[in-house]
Amino acid sequence: MNSEHGAPLLEMQHISKDFFGNQVLSDINFSLKRGEILGLVGENGAGKSTLMKILFGMDEIHQTGGYGGSILIDGKEVRFATPIDALASGIGMVHQEFSLLPDSTATENILLNREPLKHSIASELFGERLNTLDWNEMEAIAQGAIKKLGVNLDGTMLVSEMPVGHKQFTEIARELSKEATTEMEEGLRLLVLDEPTAVLSEQEAESLLKAMKTLSEEGIAIIFISHRLQEIIDVCDTIMVMRDGHIIKTLPSEGVKVTEIAHWMVGREVDSSKRNLRTFDYGASDVILELKNLWVDMPGETVRNVDLDVYRGEILGIGGMAGQGKLGIPNGAMGLFPAGGQVIFDGQELPLNHPKALLDAGLAFVSEDRRGVGLLLDESLEWNIAFTAMQVQDKFLKRYLNGWFTWRDQSAIEAETQKYVQQLEIRCVSTRQNARELSGGNQQKVCLAKAFAVHPKLLFVSEPTRGIDIGAKSLVLDALRQYNQESGTTIVMISSELEELRAVCDRIAIINDGKVFGILPATSESAQFGLMMIGQEVQEA
Amino acid sequence: MNATQLLTKSRQMVRSFGLPRIIIALFLFSLFILAPFFKVNVATSLSDTLNRFGMNAIMVLAMVPMIHSGCGLNFGLPLGIIAGLLGATISLQINVAGPASFLIAIIFATPFALILGWGYGQLLNRVKGGEMMIATYVGFSSVAFMCIMWLLLPFNNPKMVWGYAGAGLRTTISTEGYYLHVLNDLLKINIGRHFTFPTGMILFFALFAFAIWAFLHTKTGTAMTAVGSNPVFARASGIDVDRIRTLSVVLSTWLGAVGILVYQQGFGFIQLYMGPFYMALPAVSAILIGGASVNKASILNVIIGTFLFQGILTMTPSVMNAMIQTDMSEVIRIVASNGMILYALTRKTEATR
Repeated sequence: MNSEHGAPLLEMQHISKDFFGNQVLSDINFSLKRGEILGLVGENGAGKSTLMKILFGMDEIHQTGGYGGSILIDGKEVRFATPIDALASGIGMVHQEFSLLPDSTATENILLNREPLKHSIASELFGERLNTLDWNEMEAIAQGAIKKLGVNLDGTMLVSEMPVGHKQFTEIARELSKEATTEMEEGLRLLVLDEPTAVLSEQEAESLLKAMKTLSEEGIAIIFISHRLQEIIDVCDTIMVMRDGHIIKTLPSEGVKVTEIAHWMVGREVDSSKRNLRTFDYGASDVILELKNLWVDMPGETVRNVDLDVYRGEILGIGGMAGQGKLGIPNGAMGLFPAGGQVIFDGQELPLNHPKALLDAGLAFVSEDRRGVGLLLDESLEWNIAFTAMQVQDKFLKRYLNGWFTWRDQSAIEAETQKYVQQLEIRCVSTRQNARELSGGNQQKVCLAKAFAVHPKLLFVSEPTRGIDIGAKSLVLDALRQYNQESGTTIVMISSELEELRAVCDRIAIINDGKVFGILPATSESAQFGLMMIGQEVQEA
Repeated sequence: MNATQLLTKSRQMVRSFGLPRIIIALFLFSLFILAPFFKVNVATSLSDTLNRFGMNAIMVLAMVPMIHSGCGLNFGLPLGIIAGLLGATISLQINVAGPASFLIAIIFATPFALILGWGYGQLLNRVKGGEMMIATYVGFSSVAFMCIMWLLLPFNNPKMVWGYAGAGLRTTISTEGYYLHVLNDLLKINIGRHFTFPTGMILFFALFAFAIWAFLHTKTGTAMTAVGSNPVFARASGIDVDRIRTLSVVLSTWLGAVGILVYQQGFGFIQLYMGPFYMALPAVSAILIGGASVNKASILNVIIGTFLFQGILTMTPSVMNAMIQTDMSEVIRIVASNGMILYALTRKTEATR
């Protein structure tokens, strides 16, 4: 494929990146030839997007201290300062979210701000800004790009009236059209598609894949990011699997099975000593929480119809890909987002959309949105930890005048906070420090302490390790397990990281498309979970 | 080394105390220093400052509950003032002479404050994020509405109504014979010929300030602060955010009503019609000068702010005018009060999440 040039089109050497000491990419090496289609797969947070951001020279990367290693294009090292530089050397990207003007036509969107211009008398007199658009030329360029893509797209159609598939094509056509305008020196050579098929119907996805093949035959290399593994196998020449910021496998796509990829994606080597080896006796336990036909209207995490039984004293994991609805379950069950269906706790049906009633019943929730929901950033640790218990259970209050008058019991609050600071090793200057000043990991511990202080019967913990470093991660997970063992509190833990769930939980439910796809014991093969996550039935072994 | 340490330390102090506060405090201090040179009596000035402090402090205190619950600065203070005016006019209509009229005014103002405050709270709950702008217009439009009502309401005490028509309230009504100086003169201490300490009025304020301070230490008060700090957190902790916000607005409105009555007993007149129109701005700027932000305020902010703001109002007409022979006081008042509000609003993002 790469006969005319000696050097590969793109080469990444020893790329590494950390966000404030949190290593997200280490030693990434790969190369890409002209016309090659590279499939990039990995769990959420594996580092795919960060890698692409580095390639594009996004501001986010520079602002957080740049990256290590080097990027070579045609054998020459480049270091893009802005995405515009990346564009100039022929790299285009199509984002997951559409960035299109809904009230303009496909042609207008394709050539936005790069329209060919016509000079007129007015512009001769008053300068360039009064040039008029050359509509014929625009039509021609747009049609050229669409034709190259090999699809049928009406250039005069308004974006707001298009089916999603056509919007996707418009985005790609925009990248393709850039070679016709002056921005690129040599035309589009590399196209990055970030989950383009996620929103497409099967038929639309198929025509997109066909278009990709057409482009590749023209010599345009493509990096294709997708969670639909079968597509990857079908269309890609090479598959690269990433996990935890490393490249796990790079191999030709021929003969690879979906199960294998799923295994590479999730199956990391787990320190077996860290594994939770207890076997939970489900026969001896009753159901503490029953969710029936639960739906939750949480933007981006819609829950459609969840039926789930949680047993007293167990740790239940809930996993699944982002956007499938796993985060909606605790948020809906705790009344933070509009929800419907039934929540039966300890034999009693609880009213939904009513956080107080749910808290009163003995449920507690550690939110995934630490800064938005979990903390009073501008208040002291004492307030953060004591507040919920004070409001829900009247703890930490002194009473006067027959309880008619209550007074904050500062010393009791301080003692409780001190206790959790020691127990969870929260690193702080004093218990009066504002929560904002703590690091992510310590903030997470404060969130846990807040929930522990309520002494709940059942605790929802959502993404407890998101955005915190490895040391804090294991501390948080240990604290959860210990709490479960010592106080017998049932824990429902929601996490995007399958291995984390496997290490802590007794059972793991996988959510797909807003429903429970399946529940397996945590000791099951990780490949099985991987398959469930992407919506494939597991063959009973 | 030592010098740089000193520099960073002083810089920290400036930052924690707030540069505008320091500038205003220094300005006020220099006015007091300059006063004797322009034959302005310092004792009288101090006495005036204390007097104005007592008259205005409760209206500044009326900012605190709403700031705590995250409703922002109470630009709708005129609504509370209107409740107070209704209490005052009803009290005069009942025509009980002497100090009892003050208590009657507070008692009659209370139901109006509760009802108006409740409605105002419901409105603010529907415009979360834009409270301060809506509040401004609530204040303005309620003043306009009451301009009609003052003419139409069936008051007939001859001391209040227009003499020639025998109906409709006058723009200013004297509190003489009713509650003029009831608090000012209560337990007042005269030191020398020029200095009077208005003990009763200061004690009255101290009582309210203590009550609000104590309230913020109760369970509900704690919830109020948390709602202002992070409403989503409060909701997740089982707090009915809208209820707490409404409560804070009712409290603020009632404090505004009591505040204007205290103001009237010191000032000597009930000012109707456009009187309440611009009352919110001095109170808002006073608490901001005191170091409060849009969502954090303490009783100390109220005390410091009211003292500084009213101090400047007292001192500039006498000292500055004697110094440069022109009336600068109004200019300085407007620059200081509006400048302070502007400053606080630009710092809003810093204080919130």
